[in-house]
Amino acid sequence: MIKTLSKYVKEFKTDSIITPLFMLLEVFMETIVPLMMASVIDNGVNKGDINHIYKMGIFMVIAAGVGLFAGIMGGKYGARASAGFARNLRSGMYENIQKFSFANIDRFSTAGLVTRMTTDVTNLQNAYQMILRMCFRAPASLICALGAAFFINAKIASIYLLAVVFLGGCIVIIVKKAMHYFREVFEKYDDLNASVQENIAGIRVVKAFVREDYETDKFHKASSNIYKMFVKAENTVVWNMPLMQFTVYACILGISWLGANMIVVGSLETGALMSLLTYCMNILMSLMMLSMVFVMLTMSTASAERITEVLNEKPSLTNPENPDFQIPDGSIQFENVSFRYNATSEEPTLSHVDLSIKAGETIGILGGTGSAKTSLVNLISRLYDVTEGTVKVGGKDVRNYDLETLRNEVAVVLQKNVLFSGTILDNLRWGDKDATLEDCKRVCRLACADEFIDRKPDGYETHIEQGGSNVSGGQKQRLCIARALLKKPKILILDDSTSAVDTATDAKIRQAFAEEIPETTKLIIAQRVSSIQNADHIIVMDNGTVNGFGTHEELLENNEIYKDVYESQNSGSGDFDENGGIE
Amino acid sequence: MPPMNNGRGMKGPGGRFAKGPRVENPGKVLKRLVGFLMKNYGIQMVIVGICIIIGVFANVRGTLFLKTLIDGYIKPLLGTTNPDFAPLARAIMEVAIVYLVGVVSTLAYSKIMIYVAQGTLRNMRNEMFAHMEKLPIKYFDTHSHGDVMSTYTNDIDTLRQMISQSMPQLLSSAITIVSVFVSMLTLSIPLTVITVAMVGIMLYCTKTLSGKSGSYFMAQQRDIANVNGYIEEMMEGQKVVKVFCHEEESIAKFKELNDQLFDGAYNANKFANILMPVNAQIGNISYVLCAVVGGILALGGSSTLTVGALASFLTFNKSFSQPINQVSMQLNSIIMALAGAERIFKLLDEKVEVDDGYVTLVNAKEEDGKLTETAERTEHWAWKHIHQADDSVEYVPLTGDVRFNGVDFGYSDEKIVLHDIQLFAKPGQKIAFVGSTGAGKTTITNLINRFYDIQDGKIRYDGININKICKDDLRRSLGIVLQDTHLFTNTVMENIRYGRLDATDEEVIAAAKRANADKFIRRLPDGYQTVLTGDGGNLSQGQRQLLAIARAAVADPPVLILDEATSSIDTRTEKIVQQGMDNLMKGRTTFVIAHRLSTVKNSDCIVVLEQGRILEKGTHDELLALKGRYYQLYTGNSISA
Repeated sequence: MIKTLSKYVKEFKTDSIITPLFMLLEVFMETIVPLMMASVIDNGVNKGDINHIYKMGIFMVIAAGVGLFAGIMGGKYGARASAGFARNLRSGMYENIQKFSFANIDRFSTAGLVTRMTTDVTNLQNAYQMILRMCFRAPASLICALGAAFFINAKIASIYLLAVVFLGGCIVIIVKKAMHYFREVFEKYDDLNASVQENIAGIRVVKAFVREDYETDKFHKASSNIYKMFVKAENTVVWNMPLMQFTVYACILGISWLGANMIVVGSLETGALMSLLTYCMNILMSLMMLSMVFVMLTMSTASAERITEVLNEKPSLTNPENPDFQIPDGSIQFENVSFRYNATSEEPTLSHVDLSIKAGETIGILGGTGSAKTSLVNLISRLYDVTEGTVKVGGKDVRNYDLETLRNEVAVVLQKNVLFSGTILDNLRWGDKDATLEDCKRVCRLACADEFIDRKPDGYETHIEQGGSNVSGGQKQRLCIARALLKKPKILILDDSTSAVDTATDAKIRQAFAEEIPETTKLIIAQRVSSIQNADHIIVMDNGTVNGFGTHEELLENNEIYKDVYESQNSGSGDFDENGGIE
Repeated sequence: MPPMNNGRGMKGPGGRFAKGPRVENPGKVLKRLVGFLMKNYGIQMVIVGICIIIGVFANVRGTLFLKTLIDGYIKPLLGTTNPDFAPLARAIMEVAIVYLVGVVSTLAYSKIMIYVAQGTLRNMRNEMFAHMEKLPIKYFDTHSHGDVMSTYTNDIDTLRQMISQSMPQLLSSAITIVSVFVSMLTLSIPLTVITVAMVGIMLYCTKTLSGKSGSYFMAQQRDIANVNGYIEEMMEGQKVVKVFCHEEESIAKFKELNDQLFDGAYNANKFANILMPVNAQIGNISYVLCAVVGGILALGGSSTLTVGALASFLTFNKSFSQPINQVSMQLNSIIMALAGAERIFKLLDEKVEVDDGYVTLVNAKEEDGKLTETAERTEHWAWKHIHQADDSVEYVPLTGDVRFNGVDFGYSDEKIVLHDIQLFAKPGQKIAFVGSTGAGKTTITNLINRFYDIQDGKIRYDGININKICKDDLRRSLGIVLQDTHLFTNTVMENIRYGRLDATDEEVIAAAKRANADKFIRRLPDGYQTVLTGDGGNLSQGQRQLLAIARAAVADPPVLILDEATSSIDTRTEKIVQQGMDNLMKGRTTFVIAHRLSTVKNSDCIVVLEQGRILEKGTHDELLALKGRYYQLYTGNSISA
C-alpha cells in the first residue's frame, strides 16, 4: 500500500524532504533556548554579570528568529508537498478510472468512487502533512530535549528516561486498546447515520405503513448501543490526561528533591534546575504528540486502503495486442454465447445464445424485466466480455478490434443515460468533436430533437444542467439518440431509449432511421410492441435465453410470450403521457 | 450513498475557517444547550466544575512551589556544613499530596464527562429522531434531505467536540488564566506587563494570519466544490464516457480543475501552518524578554524579585500564553458547534403532525347480526366511533367507500393545485387516475391518507370525515405502493414484512408469490435472506417495484392505492402481478395511477385530470364514446400530453 502511494509524491519529493529538515531546525532552536536560559541565571544573575545577560538575551532572540524562519518554511513546504500529493492521487485515480471497464465500474459503484476521490484523498492529504511535519518533529524534540537534559546532568536526566518508558508504555497499551474500540464504534456510527438517511428518504413509506414508532424504537436501540460503545472506547483514552499529569508531577517532585540536594552540595546550579524542568514538559508533550499522530495515521489507513484499491485496480478489459482497426460491415453473430457478471453466480445471465444478424437490418428485442436484453446488447460493443462463445461484428471476433474503433462503430444509447453540463452542442459533439452545426442539426432532425431545440430561446446553445435535469425525460432520450447518431456508426443500439417519448414521435424517429441510415444495423430494445413490430426480425428474450426469433407475423403465430405481450398492449398507443415514462 | 465519512475524525483542510458559521442568537442557544445538559446531568456538571477548579489550583500551587523551593530551602541551605533536608522532604510530600488530588480530580472529571457528553448526544439524537418521525410530509418536501442528514452527522459531531472537549477546556483555561494572572502579579508586576503585552501581540498576529488564510480557504472551498462537482458528474456518466471513448477529454478537463485546487489548497494550508510557529516563537520571545528583564531586576536588587520568584514566573509565562492560544483556537469550533446546536434545536422546534382523530380501526366480527370488536385478525374491519356527546360507541363496518366533496388543495394557501374535486369510490371499485405529469394524480391520493390536509371541502371514508379518523388507523387501512420505491437496509424478507410486522415467513413468501417477486428473489445470492443495502441499489427498478407490491400485499389492507406501481415492470409481468393483485383486492376499493393503458382499462371509473381539475369521468367505453380528452390520449394523437 505504502509503495503504491509513495509513487504519487512525484515532483514534490524535494518539498517532502525539505519539510522535515526545517522541522528539525525548529526543534533544535527550541531546545537550545532553555540552555541559554540556564546560563542567564547561573552565569548572569548569580554571578552579577549584566553583560552576560544581554549577550544571552540577544542569542536567544536570534534562536527564536531562526526557529521562526524554520517553522514558516516547514509550514510552507509541508503545505505544498501535501497539497501536491493529494493532487497527484486524485489525477492518478481519475486516470485509472478512465481505463476501467463496465465490470470495474460496477464493482466500485459511483458513490464509492466519488468518496474515494474526495473525502478519502482529503484524509490522506492531512495525514501526509502530519507525517512530514509532526512525525519527525515529535521524536526529534523528544531526543533533543532528552540529550540536552543529559548534557546538563545525567543523573537527573535518567529520571526522564524512566518517565518516557513508563508513559510511553502506558500510551501504547491505551492506544492499542482504544483503536480497536474506536474502529468498531465508527463503523456502527456510520450504520446509524445510514439508517437515518434511509428514514429521511423513505419517510413516505414509513408514514404510509404507520411505522414511526417501530423506526423510533429501532433507532433508540441502535443509538443506545452506540452510546455504550462510545463510553467503552472513551473510557480507555480517558487515562491519557491524568497519566500525563501524574508523570509530569512525579518528575517535577523528583527533580526538585534531587536538584535541591545537588545544588546544596554544589554539583548543580539553580538555572540548570530550571531548564531541566522546562525540558520535562518538552519531553512528555512530544510523547503525547507522537501518540496522537499515531492514532490519526492509523485512522487514515482505511482511506489509504480504499484509495490504493482504485489505483491498483486492473481494467478487466484491455485492447488486443495487434488490434484490428477496420470493421468491414455491421453484421453481428452470436455463437453459443454464455455470460455471467460474476464468476461465482449460480445461474448465467445469458446462456447459449446463437444469433445471426445481417448488416443494415432492423432488429427489435423484447422480453420481461430481467430477461437479459441489456446484457445481450452490451456484449456487442464489448462493454463486457463473454464468458463462453464468441460475439462477432463484421465477421470477426469483437475481441480482435481496437476498442475505440469498435465503440465508435457500434453506438449504444444506454438505458440509464446521462447528459453533461454544457450546451446542447457540447453534448452532441461527444459523438464527434469536429461535427459542424449542420451535422448536429441533421442528427437532431433524425432523432426528432430539432423541434424542441428550435423552440428554446438559445437553440443549440441552450445550457444543459448537470445530469440533464432541465430537460424532460423524452427530450433527454432524443438528445442521447442524436448524440449517438453523430458517430455515424455501422451498428446502432437503442436500449429502451424511447420509453419516455410519445408514440407518434417514436414512430417518426423509426421512420427517419429507415429512410436516412438504411445501411446501419439497428437494434432496438423496447417495452412497446408498437416500437418494434415493423422490424426485420424480433428477438424475444426470456430468462437469459432466446425464446423466439422472427418477424412480427411469425412470432404472433408461434411465440407464446410475444403473443401475450402483444395482446396485453393491443390497439391504441398503450401510453397516456409522454412524461411519465420509465427512468 | 456510502456511509457518511465527513465531519468526524479528521476535518477537511478547510474545516476551521471555511464557512463563516453564523449563529443568530448565540446566548439563547448556549442557554438552551446548557439547560439540556443540566436537565439530565446537573449534578455531574457541578462535580465536573469543582474537579476542574481543583485541578487548576493544584497545578498553580505546584508552580509556585518552585519559588519556595529555591528561595526557602535551597538558598538557606547553601553553604551550611551540615544541611538538614527534613523540612524540604516534608514540603515535597505536601506538594505531592496536592498534585495527587489534582491528578485524581482530572481523572474524575474526564470520566464523568464521557458519560455526560455521550449521554447528552444519545438523548439529543433520540429526541431528534423521534421528533423527525412525527413531522409532517410537508417538512420533508421543503427541506433537502442532505440538510436534514447533516444535522445528524456534522452538527452532532461538532456538538460532541464542544461538549466533551471545548467546554471543559474553556472552563479550565479561564480559571488557569485568572489564577496564573493573579499569581504573576504577586511575583512581579513589570514582568506581568511584559507578558500581557506579548500575548496581545500574539492575538493580533493570530487575527491577521487567520484573516489572510480565511480568504484563501474560501478560494480552496470553491475549488474543492468544483472538483467534487466534476468528479460526481463524470462518475455518474462514466459509462457514457466509455461508450463515447471520451476518456482523454475527460482527463484533460479534470487536470485543469485539479491544478486549480492544488493552488488553492497550497495557499490556504500554508497560512494555517505558519500560525503555529509564529505563535510559538512570540511565546519564546516573551519568555526571553522576561528572563532578561527579570535577570536584571533580580541583579539590581531594587525590587523584591528573587531567583526563585523568577523561576516560578518563567514557568507561569509559558502556562499563561498556552490557554489563551487554546481559547482562541477553540473559539471558532465553539461558534460552529453553536451554529450546529441552533440547527438541531430548530429541527426539534418544528411543529409535528397534528392528529385530532378519535375514530379508530378495529378488527371486527359479526355476532348475532351485530358488529363487535375482537383482538384476532378476521379480515373484517370496523371503525370504532365514540360519540363525544354521550360516550356511546358505534361500530361502522369498513367497506372502502371514499367520497371527495368539493375538495380544494394547495401546498400553500396562495397556490391551489386541486380545484373542486368531486369524486366517489363505491366499495370494491377500481378507480383510475390518468392525466399528464403535474395534473395532480399523486396529490389526490396523498389527501386520502392525509399526508396533506385539504384547504376546503370534505373527504369522507365510509361516511366518516377523515379528519375525525385517527391518522395511524387511517393509514393502516390504506395500502400504498408509491411511485418511488424505498427499501431499507435489511433482508428481502424483512423488507417485505415491513408491510405487517407480525406476518410469518410463509405469509411473506405467499405475498411475494402473489406479486410475482418470488421468482427473482430466489435467484438472489441468499434468496429471501439476501441483505439489501443502499436502498436496494443492486436491484432493477422493476424488481424494486415488485418488492414494494409484495410489501403492500403482505399488509393486506382494506383499501389499496397504487401510484405508478408497475411503471417499470414489463407489460407481461405486469399482467401476472395484476392478476394477483386483482385477486387480493376482490371486493376492496383500489385507486390506481398509471400512464399505461393496460393498467387502467378495466377500471370501474377512470378520472381524467388536467391542471388540478377533473376533466372527464367514466368507464373506458363511456369515455371513448365521449371522444374527448381520454379518447385523444388513448388513440395516441395527444397534442401536448
